[in-house]
Amino acid sequence: METPSEQPRIGVYICHCGTNIAGVINVDELTKFASGLPNVVIAKNYQFMCSKPGQEMIVEDIKQHKLNRVVVAACSPRMHEPTFRRLLQSAGLNPYLLEMVNIREHCTWVHEHEPDKALEKAKALIAAAVIRASRLEVLEEKELPVVKSALVIGGGIAGLFAALTLANSGVKVYLVESSPTIGGKMAMLDKTFPTLDCSKCILTPIMNDVANHPNIELLTYAEVVDVQGSVGDFKIKVLLKPRYVDPTKCKACGECAKKCPASAPNEFDIGLSKRKAIYITFPQAVPTVYTIDPNVCLYFTKRDRMGRPLCGVCQKVCPAQAIDYNMQPKTVEINVGAVIIATGFETFDPRLKKEYKYGVSPRIITSLEFERILCATGPTGGKVLCPPDWKEVPKRVVFIQCVGSRDLTVDVPYCSKVCCMYTAKQAILYKERVPDGEAYVIYIDVRAAGKGFEEFYRRAVEEFNVTYIKSRVGEVVIDPETNKPIVRVEDALTGYMMELEADLVVLAVGLRPSPSTLKIAELFKVSRSPDGFLQELHAKLYPVQTAVDGVFICGCAQGPKDIPDSVAQAKAAASAALEILAQGFVKTIGYVASVDKDLCSGCGICVSVCPYDAIAIKVENGKRVASVEDVKCKGCGSCAAACPSGAMQQKHFKDSQLIPVVKTLARM
Amino acid sequence: MSKPDFEPKIIVFACNWCSYAAMDLAGTSRTQYPHNVRIVRVMCSSRVTPEMVLTALAEGADAVLITGCHPGDCHYLVGNYKTLARYMLLKKVLDDLGLGDRVKLEWFSAGEGERFAQYVRSFVEEVKKGALSPKSSTPEEGGSR
Amino acid sequence: MSPQTKVKVAFYWNASCGGCEEAVVDLGEDLFKVLEVVDIVFWPVALDFKLEDVEKLPDGGIDVAIINGGIRFSEHEKVVKLLRKKSKIVVAYGSCAHLGGIPGLANLWSKASIMDYVYLKAPSVVNESNVLPKEVVQTEVGELELPAFLDALKPLNQVIDVDYYVPGCPPTPNVTFKAIQTLLSGKLLPKGVILGADTRALCDTCPLNETKPEKLAIKEFRRPHTFIPDPKKCLLAQGLLCLGPVTRGGCEAACVKANMPCTGCFGPLDNVVDFGARALSFIASIIDQKDEEGIKKALGPVVDLVGQVYKFSLPSGLLKDLVKRKEV
Repeated sequence: METPSEQPRIGVYICHCGTNIAGVINVDELTKFASGLPNVVIAKNYQFMCSKPGQEMIVEDIKQHKLNRVVVAACSPRMHEPTFRRLLQSAGLNPYLLEMVNIREHCTWVHEHEPDKALEKAKALIAAAVIRASRLEVLEEKELPVVKSALVIGGGIAGLFAALTLANSGVKVYLVESSPTIGGKMAMLDKTFPTLDCSKCILTPIMNDVANHPNIELLTYAEVVDVQGSVGDFKIKVLLKPRYVDPTKCKACGECAKKCPASAPNEFDIGLSKRKAIYITFPQAVPTVYTIDPNVCLYFTKRDRMGRPLCGVCQKVCPAQAIDYNMQPKTVEINVGAVIIATGFETFDPRLKKEYKYGVSPRIITSLEFERILCATGPTGGKVLCPPDWKEVPKRVVFIQCVGSRDLTVDVPYCSKVCCMYTAKQAILYKERVPDGEAYVIYIDVRAAGKGFEEFYRRAVEEFNVTYIKSRVGEVVIDPETNKPIVRVEDALTGYMMELEADLVVLAVGLRPSPSTLKIAELFKVSRSPDGFLQELHAKLYPVQTAVDGVFICGCAQGPKDIPDSVAQAKAAASAALEILAQGFVKTIGYVASVDKDLCSGCGICVSVCPYDAIAIKVENGKRVASVEDVKCKGCGSCAAACPSGAMQQKHFKDSQLIPVVKTLARM
Repeated sequence: MSKPDFEPKIIVFACNWCSYAAMDLAGTSRTQYPHNVRIVRVMCSSRVTPEMVLTALAEGADAVLITGCHPGDCHYLVGNYKTLARYMLLKKVLDDLGLGDRVKLEWFSAGEGERFAQYVRSFVEEVKKGALSPKSSTPEEGGSR
Repeated sequence: MSPQTKVKVAFYWNASCGGCEEAVVDLGEDLFKVLEVVDIVFWPVALDFKLEDVEKLPDGGIDVAIINGGIRFSEHEKVVKLLRKKSKIVVAYGSCAHLGGIPGLANLWSKASIMDYVYLKAPSVVNESNVLPKEVVQTEVGELELPAFLDALKPLNQVIDVDYYVPGCPPTPNVTFKAIQTLLSGKLLPKGVILGADTRALCDTCPLNETKPEKLAIKEFRRPHTFIPDPKKCLLAQGLLCLGPVTRGGCEAACVKANMPCTGCFGPLDNVVDFGARALSFIASIIDQKDEEGIKKALGPVVDLVGQVYKFSLPSGLLKDLVKRKEV
């Protein structure tokens, strides 16, 4: 759509706004002044320009006087710019050919005691607006179609709920999970606070809903490897890693694992138990398919002198003939309109806190490891026993809070939110199973802010006699004779120093962004907050949006949080994604950046300035020039200000449209 | 020598989201302030260039005020950091040229209507005083109008 | 070619270092090609024509007057006005005539303080009788007139009407030759056009442009003498204040190829009114700091910002009427 090259024919409309404007300045004089300005065909004033008769007057004039620009001098454009833009549209004029002059909020309302000066100022403002109006151009808000499908990255509780919410709304969802099964960290938990619900019991129905939902395509053991496009039309490449087991044939009978000769530490039990080279993460895994770990499997790692594999047992014993050693990685491309990142967290590595001697003694474990011990499906079937021999029942367990949280010595200043609660839970569960055991929690503060949380913590103290000692643990030492850890504590409330000899020390490790979160952030160009988690668009008002249109975040990828908050955010992210997907199209704004390629030298300064990565340097006709992606441009104009050659301009706010305004206001 | 009834002209650049809204708020609250300011609306303070500021001064404005959202609150995430850098560079040059007191940068959130009015009052006074001081140059020396 | 059909050309220098005169000579062998079609009627630095010879010419008798140097003295004003009268086309040659040039930086100080410093206060000056140049001096042989030192140095177009410009300090031989060719081609050109140079900024033809990282983010600028830049990487990306992005191209990145950042002698591009202001904006845009302290730190090494961004263009652009003249 080109701006017509004919002479501007401007209509100026001055609103009395009742007495708000007319009561301070002489609107007739102002109208007379306006009618004398260059290119002004007609100038009128009226009591309430935004009223029906006022609007009709403008429409009539546009038709009768063939106006092609309209100036409305009235209230703030923040009030009625949309009103008058719609009016222009209804009269057949492009909505960007309107210029509003603020002679109320910025003039008559604030200069009531200087009416003469206010009139002078109004004249200057209108003169500037008329010049600007004569340079306004027809601008387009392009409507781009949106692909009504979404990608959810991460199959933990947040990702599952995001996927279900979208799928239930009629959207096709691709759920990509990098491990062989969905379920995330929640599948590793025994019970959840504060209700002490069995974690798996509430999780597995959700997992099954996802597996069975007709709108969800589950891509497990898969990773996002490339991202192109933008909101409404993302083209994403997903790498499907080979399981070497055919998911359509595998019945998960387990015969293969029974006979498999190779084993490795079981990641699901964080190394506290072993699994075979062919394995299923846990019996209720979704999909319920075994996977071969090629780094451990003898078929892949051991060959004879002739190059023939030394093992092939699983293939021989599999009753469903599901083993396929020749499976290849496959890359698929999916096309989606929105993306939700739910890549979760990893626990803080306590080896970074050398004072706590993690790794030096097997009696010092992380909270997640203790959770596995508590779990009926864990290495001990739910019995509380000391690693690594699983013979001794620990009679004194010391829980150390804030390991890798609120600690500047390891560069983690924030609070991980969930540890006070999960420690109270673990202390309660320990005391339930070892009633004559002693549980100590060494804390800095107890943060129990959620629903039922404070009551739960009180239960630990009062009902289960868990001893809470307020102290920063300086050090854990290993007694050279007993080989037991001794926790050195200075009770802040009493001042007493204590050395607590423990059978088991549980480190309440904090939450860190997961490695996949960092990778995905880079792929989607989502920035990260100073704490390392994904940056939300606005801390208060837009917690699940990012600066990248069409990409949403939820769960622990956005920051440490518990299960109810993760679920709430997941649904919020799905709802935000639906705002785009349900509408069916996205609109570009009219006042985007635009580059004159004949003037552009490809210096790249604009690229450095754009907060939305909407500009790229491309080679066109052998020349490096800037190229703006309209759909990503939000219209700030920073690139236009930065451009050293004047090649980059912002539509509707070009230098040729702004400088005359500045000159007029400075001169008059 | 500048006249005692000298009325300075101050051009104000305001961003659509925060500072323009603050100026609107001053209006709806009927907070009175001197007429000497004329406001130019842009989407983000980062649209404002040193060229625009110098044009204002060269064409007859006595002072320029650049306004925007507080750092960290920019509607476009990081625009105001660029505004700050551009202003500081321009100020460095203007200081060297003896014009440093004529251009200012100030952040206003959408709720700071009263603060804006107060700022205008004191800035107008300052420019008036600056023009009347013995150090100010007369038109013959190529100084302020 | 007879003298009548040859193109009549005049050269003149105002406040000039002589580099622009040299630039003509630097055409080398191409100079002979030019001399075949051109008849030089006035060239104070090289030929013995006098002002009276110019005065004797009819108005429009000179085809092209190529004038370099800034207008510093009343004498310059007088001669260029004469040349304007006598010439069909006037070309402002070189940065000084185009934009004011380096001597334009003198406009930062008042005339009185310049005289004071140069003749009285400079460390190497001995002037016990405090003699300052005067415009009229009585001597034994009569009244002696000296040209007046004007209040401000001006580029050529602030004194006479200029038809075309050739940019550069000095314009390179290639640019000069191209400009002369364009002039002699008889092609009709719009008034005010820049001859011989590019329409895009220097980055367009700079061999280091491709080596720029995707985003430029400078935490702290660096001064050229503090390190040896990598000749294969964009100098701006290395923290030097290279004005390539804001400067008109055409010089084939001569300075950059010598491992020195561009200082902007070819002046601004067509849409740009004030070179220095544009430069300030883009420099600020690549500073990777978020608060006042950080930005100050980034600029710490930049000792003379005005001198850097307005090195050639202070008398042109927007600041010319705004500068408050300092006392030394």
